[in-house]
Amino acid sequence: MDFTESQIERYSRHIILQDVGVEGQQKIMEGKVLIVGAGGLGSPASLYLAAAGVGTIGIIDHDVVDLTNLQRQVIHYTADVNKSKVDSARDKIRQLNHDVKVVAYQDLLSSDNIFDIIKEYDIILDGTDNFPTKFLINDACVLSCKAFSHGGILRFEGQTFTYIPEHACYRCIFNSPPPPNAVPTCSQAGVLGSIAGMLGTIQATEILKFFIGRGQLLTDRMLTFNALSMEFRNISFSKNKNCPICGEHPTITKLQTYELPVCEIKH
Amino acid sequence: MATKQLDITKEHCPMTFVKTKIELSKLNEGDILEVLLTEGEPLENVPKSAKEQGYKVLNIQHIKDSIHKITIEK
Repeated sequence: MDFTESQIERYSRHIILQDVGVEGQQKIMEGKVLIVGAGGLGSPASLYLAAAGVGTIGIIDHDVVDLTNLQRQVIHYTADVNKSKVDSARDKIRQLNHDVKVVAYQDLLSSDNIFDIIKEYDIILDGTDNFPTKFLINDACVLSCKAFSHGGILRFEGQTFTYIPEHACYRCIFNSPPPPNAVPTCSQAGVLGSIAGMLGTIQATEILKFFIGRGQLLTDRMLTFNALSMEFRNISFSKNKNCPICGEHPTITKLQTYELPVCEIKH
Repeated sequence: MATKQLDITKEHCPMTFVKTKIELSKLNEGDILEVLLTEGEPLENVPKSAKEQGYKVLNIQHIKDSIHKITIEK
C-alpha cells in the first residue's frame, strides 16, 4: 500500500514513531474495529481511532442522542439531539477522516445478531453501559475466538482490560451478571464526564497497539483508576480453570439471554 | 544491493524524516538510501533520528552551498 501525499502528512506523527512507522500505519489502515455503543466510551474511542486512520470502524447503537448525553458523549453535538447516535457519529468521523470506512448499525446488539456482526471485525470495543451486553460481548468473543477491549465507568472510576483468545476472559473474574439494580447505572449514580474520555481513550490505545502488534496489552490484568485520588492500579488475574465459558469444563456453550435494564430499551 | 536517492531539501521538519522513513520502508535490508538535505535542522536531526531507529548512517558529505548528502544503510 502506498500512501498519498496527504496521508503522509496526516499520519506523519505515527510514521515517525519507531514502534508504528510505515508498517504500523499500514496495519492500522487495514484494521477493522467494531465499537459497541456510541456513548461515553465509544465517542472518544471512535474519534481517536478515526483520526488514527483505522480502515473500518463499525458502530452499533440503537439509541438517539439525548440532551443528557452531551455532558460526556463528545462525538454528539447539541444540534444532534434526537438524531440517531450512529448517524451522528458517522457524520463526525467522515468530517474528521474520509479514509475511514464507517459501517453504522442502528440496532441493539443481541444473541441473535452478534455473531454475524462481529465476524467482520478484528477486535471489538465494549463501550456499553449494562452488564447483560458486557457478558454477551464476552461470551460471543470467547466462543468465536475474537479479541475485545472491556471498559466500564461509574462515578469517578473506570476499569478496562483486553481479552485475547486463550487468555483470561471477563467470566474468569466475574462469573455472571450482578442481579438487576445491584449495581447502579450511570443514569442512576452519575459519572464525571471527563472520565469517559480517560477510559475510552485507553481503550482506543489498546486497539491501536493490537493492530500494530507492539507493547504489552492489558491482557490478564485489569487497569482501574479513581479520578478523585487519581490513582491507577493494575490488578493481575489469570485464566480460571473453573470459568463457565473458557474453563476446563465449560457449562456455557451457547449465548445466554439476560434481561436488559428497562431504562436501556426505552427507545 | 540497491541504491536509491531522495531529495528532501524542500521539506521541513518533521516531513524531512517522514519522507526518509517512507523511502527506507521500500528498501530491503542492506540497501542504501542517499538523502539530499539542507544544513541546520534537517542535517542535525535526520541522521540522528535514523541512527536512533536502528539504521546505519554511513557517510555525510557536503555537496554545495547548504546542501549535504547523507548515506543511510537499511
